[in-house]
Amino acid sequence: MKVNGNAIKYGDNVDTDVIIPARYLNTSDKKELASHCMEDIDKDFVNKVKKGDIMVGGKNFGCGSSREHAPIAIKESGISLVIAKSFARIFYRNAINIGLPIVECEEAATEINDGDKVEMDFNSGVIRNLTTGKEYKSEPFPSFIQSIIESGGLVQAVKDGKF
Amino acid sequence: MKIKFIPITERNRNMSKMTMTQKILAAHAGLESVTAGQLILANVDMVLGNDITSPVAINEFERLGSKSVFDKKKISMVMDHFVPNKDIKAAEQTKRCRCFAGDMGIENFYDCGEMGVEHALLPEKGLVTSGDIVIGADSHTCTYGALGAFSTGVGSTDMACGMATGKAWFKVPSAIRFVLKGKLNKWVSGKDVILHIIGKIGVDGALYKSMEFTGEGVRELSVSDRLCIANMAIEAGAKNGIFEVDEKTLEFLESVGAKKPVVYKADEDAEYERTIEIDLSKIEPTVAFPHLPENAKTFGEFDDVKIDQVVIGSCTNGRYEDLEIAAEVMKGKKVADNVRAIVIPATQKIYLDAMENGLLKIFIEAGAAVSTPTCGPCLGGHMGILAKGERAVATTNRNFVGRMGHPESEVYLASPAVAAASAITGKISRPEEVID
Repeated sequence: MKVNGNAIKYGDNVDTDVIIPARYLNTSDKKELASHCMEDIDKDFVNKVKKGDIMVGGKNFGCGSSREHAPIAIKESGISLVIAKSFARIFYRNAINIGLPIVECEEAATEINDGDKVEMDFNSGVIRNLTTGKEYKSEPFPSFIQSIIESGGLVQAVKDGKF
Repeated sequence: MKIKFIPITERNRNMSKMTMTQKILAAHAGLESVTAGQLILANVDMVLGNDITSPVAINEFERLGSKSVFDKKKISMVMDHFVPNKDIKAAEQTKRCRCFAGDMGIENFYDCGEMGVEHALLPEKGLVTSGDIVIGADSHTCTYGALGAFSTGVGSTDMACGMATGKAWFKVPSAIRFVLKGKLNKWVSGKDVILHIIGKIGVDGALYKSMEFTGEGVRELSVSDRLCIANMAIEAGAKNGIFEVDEKTLEFLESVGAKKPVVYKADEDAEYERTIEIDLSKIEPTVAFPHLPENAKTFGEFDDVKIDQVVIGSCTNGRYEDLEIAAEVMKGKKVADNVRAIVIPATQKIYLDAMENGLLKIFIEAGAAVSTPTCGPCLGGHMGILAKGERAVATTNRNFVGRMGHPESEVYLASPAVAAASAITGKISRPEEVID
């Protein structure tokens, strides 16, 4: 499985309150949530994001609340992958469970710049910055987690009899 | 390809060296032992959700095609975030939860009038005991570690699968051990301890790890203080926070009619990533400045900070003991001009006890607003939202950008004692500045 798109870059500790503020949590509608994604940190995000784009963060991405609305908003906005130096643990788990691909790669997260064209091959774990030409190798997930992401999430994996 | 959770038999030969958390996980996974990093599938004793996380979980549960929940007694749904319902959408979400709970026969469904803030309510109702595994679709589910349970926040999909199967997958965490000694000084409480710790190790200082609290200082802490400390383990990035079980824990559990506790203790030779010693007698009143809980400062490290609002409540500090401290500070005093003070007892029982003991009278006569239990302003929901440029001192647990309202408002996290004193003076203050 491959993804590619433009990088949209943020810093450390991007928390769930800025990804999707609580005032929008009175809905579980994916499109509505996506329309407010990143609102309190980057009002422009919803206008500039294109399907396939790749979000890049620093350390502790997704810290804060357990709200699954956070990775849902990111996935529905068109983001195909989140690369970060490290992920907060509930966000990490939720992203896997809803089938939002995520990868921890400190070097890639540091060196990729906002606007760079980036692609990733999940089978090889190689991240390629097409703008700079640089390549990065990431740590592959345990196969059980890859299986969940490939199924499109935990529920589908359970339905497909993978558990 | 079916995924199998295979016990790693090589490691199983070494039966000891487990942390308290690891022992609970092993027991619930039917394994002799586990080691950090191992993936396991464990039975859970309680699955929890609230009015904003349950609707998403119900969607996923329906997608799964499940017709019934695994155990009607082992699921709790507490309508606490946007309740009493703040708008039509919130009402629709709560209605969906109510219908689902009714259809599935979920016993522990708490609606407006019965409910409390979930992490204050469950201990009070005796729904968690030592040795349990609790998963909750709310990050502060880690609170119940204070009672010697393995308790962790998960998302709505985990909640759905948990409701359907009674199981959850986990990656076994390693641990940081906190050895406590000494005892807290007057006006210093669990909140100051945990803010001090997060200030020391950072918001990702315990990422993916257990925070295990041990040492002679544990018995000097009230159950309320332990609940507060465990509640904020997530703010250091921890998988869970957990306290050794002692007489105080057992007395508390008996008083609330909890199930018989199963007490686990870490092995003498358990391995920890690091050990941090905390002398409780050296902890000072601590305030976390915007916009991260790790931005901790003690008095003397900052100049006057004028404020607009004070919130005393939440799963972190909305218990009776917290209100008692606040009332002691505010008794006979008046809330400063231009400050709105909001007091939110975390459950109906706490509200009633506070009423009967004259605490609410103290708050109201001081000029504070007293609310029915709700999470309300803690997450910027309702019942005390901040305008642009406003500042609040709150006994809540998070102060990210926009947490309590406008993205250009500020939240300062503090203990009930500091919050109450600040309400009186109109700036961040210690009780000593207010009490004669």
